[in-house]
Amino acid sequence: MSDASFNASTVTAQTRADEASFGDYFALLKPRVMSLVVFTALVGLLAAPVPVHPVVGFCAILFVAIGGGASGALNMWWDADIDKVMKRTKGRPIPSGKVQAGEAMAIGLALSGLSVIMLGLATNWFAGAFLGFTIFFYVVVYTMWLKRSTPQNIVIGGAAGAFPPVIGWVAATGSMTLEPWLMFALTFMWTPPHFWALALFMRSDYDDAGVPMLTVTHGRRATRWHILVYTVLLALLAVGTSFSGIGGPIYLTVAVVMNALFLRGAWQISHRTEDDSEADNFKVERSFFKLSLLYLFLHFGAILAEALLKPYGLGGWS
Amino acid sequence: MSLRKSHELHQRRFSRNLGVGLTLAAFIVIIFGLTIVKVSGTSLGQPVQEVQN
Repeated sequence: MSDASFNASTVTAQTRADEASFGDYFALLKPRVMSLVVFTALVGLLAAPVPVHPVVGFCAILFVAIGGGASGALNMWWDADIDKVMKRTKGRPIPSGKVQAGEAMAIGLALSGLSVIMLGLATNWFAGAFLGFTIFFYVVVYTMWLKRSTPQNIVIGGAAGAFPPVIGWVAATGSMTLEPWLMFALTFMWTPPHFWALALFMRSDYDDAGVPMLTVTHGRRATRWHILVYTVLLALLAVGTSFSGIGGPIYLTVAVVMNALFLRGAWQISHRTEDDSEADNFKVERSFFKLSLLYLFLHFGAILAEALLKPYGLGGWS
Repeated sequence: MSLRKSHELHQRRFSRNLGVGLTLAAFIVIIFGLTIVKVSGTSLGQPVQEVQN
């Protein structure tokens, strides 16, 4: 075999290994984050006191999901440099060399435009504009501006992830009331303890990438106390929501149980030393993070249950 | 025998092309369904004034 043919076959094999599959392009849309967006937007849509045609409702959720995915792709385009440093993100399509950063930007921009226009056409332009604002908030305000400039990045940036139930509600009603903002507040207040717990056990990641997470700028002890403070505020909000238009006995039961568990976890985290955490490989922090996923799912699930049972006279307080 | 021999690239990218094709087909079905619902809904009915005339 000549050198030339050897090089050609090596290059071809390399190209095949690096070539993006359809799944790699789909991964740009952050499917796991998208599932949260879909679920919370669906709850917002179904909890609204206006019936929505199933096809319109399906399209609304689909376009909100595509908008969420588009912001994920734009986030990966902008953050490609730090994604390749962090252990958690180095396998993403751009740092792994499967997809070019420019491709991610093009897909993100195209899907952003498509989702906003289609949501506006399918439901109403208020919802479409709100989706556009959410994408702008996540990509420009959070990803480009706050993420690398302030330790409060997670707090303010969390708003972007909290908008979907509001969009779902607006898509159904075309207007705004207190209830969708309570759902917004629930996700907004839940985000910091959820991410700070992650930052505690994914220690070196954010340090290496130079992202000013609270653990890096204010230290790990301060982060532990921040988790507790935010969890207390979250618990007050979550239980208080029970007595609003989207609450009811099912929601109240879920809120009391889950917030008791969440508060216990936050209390344990705040009273642990680094040595304690090192000794058991951050067992408490890891279980708090897992609990936080269940926490949000069950709260929104309870809101959904209240809404679905209302037509049968079972949901809500009446 | 086909007129053009399939290039190795076509086989390699088959799954990607299939994914794009199915996504576009699904999009068409969704838009068609949405259009039917919108057109048969009350929001796009004849304007009241026109009906009165």
